[in-house]
Amino acid sequence: MAEEVVLLDFWPSPFGMRSRIALAEKGIKYEHKEEDLRNKSALLLQMNPVHKKIPVLIHNGKPVCESLIQVQYIDEVWHDKAPLLPSDPYQKATARFWADYVDKKIYEVGGRVWKTKGEKQATAKKELIETLKLLEKELGDKPYFGGESLGYVDVAFIPFYSWFYALEKCGNFSIEAECPKLIAWAKRCMQKESVAKSLPDQQKVYDFILEMKKHFGIE
Amino acid sequence: MAESNVKVLGTWASPFVMRVKIALHLKSVRYEDVEEDLLAPKSELLLKSNPVYKKIPVFFHAHNPICESLIILQYIDEVWTTSASSILPSDPYERSQSRFWAAYVDDKFFPALRRLLIGATEEDKKAALAEVVGGTVVLEGAFGELSKGKAFFGGDNIGFVDIALGSLLGWIEVIGKQCETKLVSEAKTPRLVQWADCFSAHEAVKDVLPDVDKLADFGLKLRAKILKALALTN
Repeated sequence: MAEEVVLLDFWPSPFGMRSRIALAEKGIKYEHKEEDLRNKSALLLQMNPVHKKIPVLIHNGKPVCESLIQVQYIDEVWHDKAPLLPSDPYQKATARFWADYVDKKIYEVGGRVWKTKGEKQATAKKELIETLKLLEKELGDKPYFGGESLGYVDVAFIPFYSWFYALEKCGNFSIEAECPKLIAWAKRCMQKESVAKSLPDQQKVYDFILEMKKHFGIE
Repeated sequence: MAESNVKVLGTWASPFVMRVKIALHLKSVRYEDVEEDLLAPKSELLLKSNPVYKKIPVFFHAHNPICESLIILQYIDEVWTTSASSILPSDPYERSQSRFWAAYVDDKFFPALRRLLIGATEEDKKAALAEVVGGTVVLEGAFGELSKGKAFFGGDNIGFVDIALGSLLGWIEVIGKQCETKLVSEAKTPRLVQWADCFSAHEAVKDVLPDVDKLADFGLKLRAKILKALALTN
């Protein structure tokens, strides 16, 4: 049966990157459609009427919304190649917990680092480092959060690495100085084709952030 | 089947804890119920077993702690597998739909409900009320899609979305009374009204949903505690 897979996406979105990586890991051919978020397509509004957000995965005409739900869906449908979630229920629960933690913390705290100044930014930087250190602790001595191979938490988290340079420049700090093991993990992930092809260039992301700052009137 | 190593750390008033208990009842799993007092300082057990969030519920199975109610539900569904009481559907697309709507309840509907409970000004409450009522209309639509004409979001049996939303029914009633409005109304959401009755009466649910007057009383104390804490940080 011919499988039709479409991904509605926006190049700097860490959430879109997750689905890109998952699809690449499974070797799935798909049509990538770039959205202009200031002028959302009729297809996007039709496929995600509730949130009107990207990414949207459309499989044989049926939409799946929310990036982590998409990654689980991709893992379940194309289950015979590169499994992302472990099969043991307790390990699965642990993986879901940490992916959910990334969801709850990184985007919001990271956002405050580039959107604020002064004391608010100092607080955001401190929180971000605390969050990253906790994740670094969870990684431990494993090559990946998924163990010997890229797993669910790796896919959930690695996209944010493409934003690190921009955050460091905006906040005038070094993430590597605080979390060297995490950066080592990130570089290890970047050696995988599925990840390298899915993440944008960090300078490009920084330029995008500068544009956003101008647009929102943040110095 | 009696399980000696299954424990739920929670409180009778928490909808998130109720979710876990409903799932265990559905699977006929017996468990030890450990009560945490939300109005008192957090217990050692809670701080040790959920160091990241320090929140209930915490589910223990063979001494392994699991946190976050929707994650716990999936764990329970994967460990105690009998097709008669499956919480998530087996089809991957239907599973993704169930996960989407449960996430909607947690990420959109519940925060609006919470803002309605603790709203300090009339303006805050008005905005939150509009969001909550809007949310119920969206969920009415979701019910139409997922139930396919049956009694529950899960079809013939209660499932993931039923448990995620149904666990909030006590609070929905309490907060509605506080605002002098029916948040789930016959006029806007007739199918949800019917679903709420079916859900509340279900074997696995009826002993878990709390007494509404007791919850209302607790709600006032909780609101006072939250507003006091907010005042201290401003």
